[in-house]
Amino acid sequence: MKLTLGPLQYFWPRRRVLAFYDAACAQPLDAIYLGETVCSKRRELRTGEWIELGRSLARGGREVILSTLALIEAESELATVKRLVDNGELRVEANDMAAVQFLRERRLPFVAGPSINVYNHRALALLQRAGMTRLVLGVEQGRDLVAQLRAQCQREGIALPELEIIGWGRLPLSYSARCFTARAYDVPKDDCGFRCIAHPDGLALDTREGQRFLVINGVQVQGATVCDLAPEVDALAAAGIDLVRLYPQAEGTEAAIARWREAIDSHQAPPRLGDNAGYWYGTAGMGAAVG
Amino acid sequence: MQLVCPAGALPALTAAIDAGADAVYVGFRDETNARAFPGLNFDETDLRRGIAYAHARGRRVYIALNTYPEPNRVGYWEAAVDRAAALGADAIIAAELAVLDYAARRHPRLPRHLSVQASATSHAALRYYHEEFGISRAVLPRVLALQQVERLAEKSPVPLETFAFGSLCIMVEGRCQLSSYVTGASPNRHGVCSPARFVRWEESAAGRSVRLNGVLIDRFGAGEPAGYPTVCKGRFRVQGEVFHALEEPTSLNTLDLLPRLTACGIAALKIEGRQRSAAYVAAVTRVWRAAIDRLHGEGEGYVADPAWQPSLAALAEGTQTTLGPYHRSWH
Repeated sequence: MKLTLGPLQYFWPRRRVLAFYDAACAQPLDAIYLGETVCSKRRELRTGEWIELGRSLARGGREVILSTLALIEAESELATVKRLVDNGELRVEANDMAAVQFLRERRLPFVAGPSINVYNHRALALLQRAGMTRLVLGVEQGRDLVAQLRAQCQREGIALPELEIIGWGRLPLSYSARCFTARAYDVPKDDCGFRCIAHPDGLALDTREGQRFLVINGVQVQGATVCDLAPEVDALAAAGIDLVRLYPQAEGTEAAIARWREAIDSHQAPPRLGDNAGYWYGTAGMGAAVG
Repeated sequence: MQLVCPAGALPALTAAIDAGADAVYVGFRDETNARAFPGLNFDETDLRRGIAYAHARGRRVYIALNTYPEPNRVGYWEAAVDRAAALGADAIIAAELAVLDYAARRHPRLPRHLSVQASATSHAALRYYHEEFGISRAVLPRVLALQQVERLAEKSPVPLETFAFGSLCIMVEGRCQLSSYVTGASPNRHGVCSPARFVRWEESAAGRSVRLNGVLIDRFGAGEPAGYPTVCKGRFRVQGEVFHALEEPTSLNTLDLLPRLTACGIAALKIEGRQRSAAYVAAVTRVWRAAIDRLHGEGEGYVADPAWQPSLAALAEGTQTTLGPYHRSWH
């Protein structure tokens, strides 16, 4: 299995972003996804700079994929998607059907990101017809769905694309037109003062009795628990997962990469360092710790 | 402009038609639609009667098949498409690629409306569904501001339907896993958000608490109205402050926007609420029918009836209404 670094979901200062990817170059990663997937107002790196960063990482021999915004509202956002699609060199992760359509119109191969809904083999085949060569499974999709997908693809003669699963990090759960960070600060979204930059791992949302529950990240809501499938490393390989995605978190990403690399190469399942196995066993994503 | 109203059962369907709905949307009694609540929705006998009732009065019935089948269940959704066609539905409302594809190939003359659950927010996304599956209408997610709706209406390859009134999903529908994260049951796969079997109410000295699969969603003091515990409408602690961190329990009400929605060519207005009573559906439908008819008759001289807003507000969740995402300040 290959190891990938998912797109940075938080809003970090430019210097931190550049240092992070500089360091990532030296990590044992097979692929790196770059770009702003959550909020188009975040411009510590502009679109052209993300593309440039991608090119420079690619020159270092790394597979680089440019990720698009998950929720498109404005024409300007559509223009950004188009610009990424037309970068002329790097593959694109489509996180919305608008990106799928642009890629399809240009007959470019693409990765379907986790916010594209692919729940069955037929949808998978339709997106392959549009150019999808890799599918990042949605957060809800665990062991049983992967097994069903493989079995039905085989039955109907559908070639599987590469399958990537989120193996480590906080799960992206929802998107809204509303910015919840701006709401928490009681400031208008259009004049938010970029409050997200003060929260490199998102803003904690706890229940009234103090249970860690969700994380607010601008217009995105994440689970508070860190999904960690490292103990399932062999089961993932046996299930036919080709790539494991680690999401950048403010702390511990490098250690997670090293631990996963070791687990994949040695076939030794490490103990779970995150909170749980997310949706892998078919239970609620926030579930209780498994195993 | 067409008025599209909800029906969770035959009495609501006939009430909506009698109150002036141009079309009613319904679901089968299973997980093929996004309001798969116990005791709600139509078996084939009721649906046959409902469609006959509507067609006899020149109205339409749309069947929502807007959930996402897992691989082993695709055949069941396909059979549901066949049933909708056999029953003489005027359209299906679907979101999932395999369902749309099957319907387009097997029943090309059965119109396909793109469900809000597909969360298509741009002309590029709509083009995909139009070119691949020949959709003839799309229901817009409740995320766009009015100006964005107007711009999209200019460029959309298909006529658009927008939400006018009812409970407000504040997340991009079809892409919200909050219920799933807490309960394992999701709108996409199971057609339910925060299913009742996971809800537990508790009375204590601290007040009335409501939990979803054990997670405290909210706590209410004496006399405080207690709403249904969907995750997005709970009260939580963020930076030391307890508040409705995602959204208050309010209803969407776009009555004030009716002239602009009409002017930009929106083809249909949708009323949310298949889970609501026949009396509710009738009351909401009457107000919107009157408003659309008056606008149609009076054009630029249109003035809303002062009685409409109070009657809609009285029906709204938490009796509060909002322009929601249509109004920029909501964002």
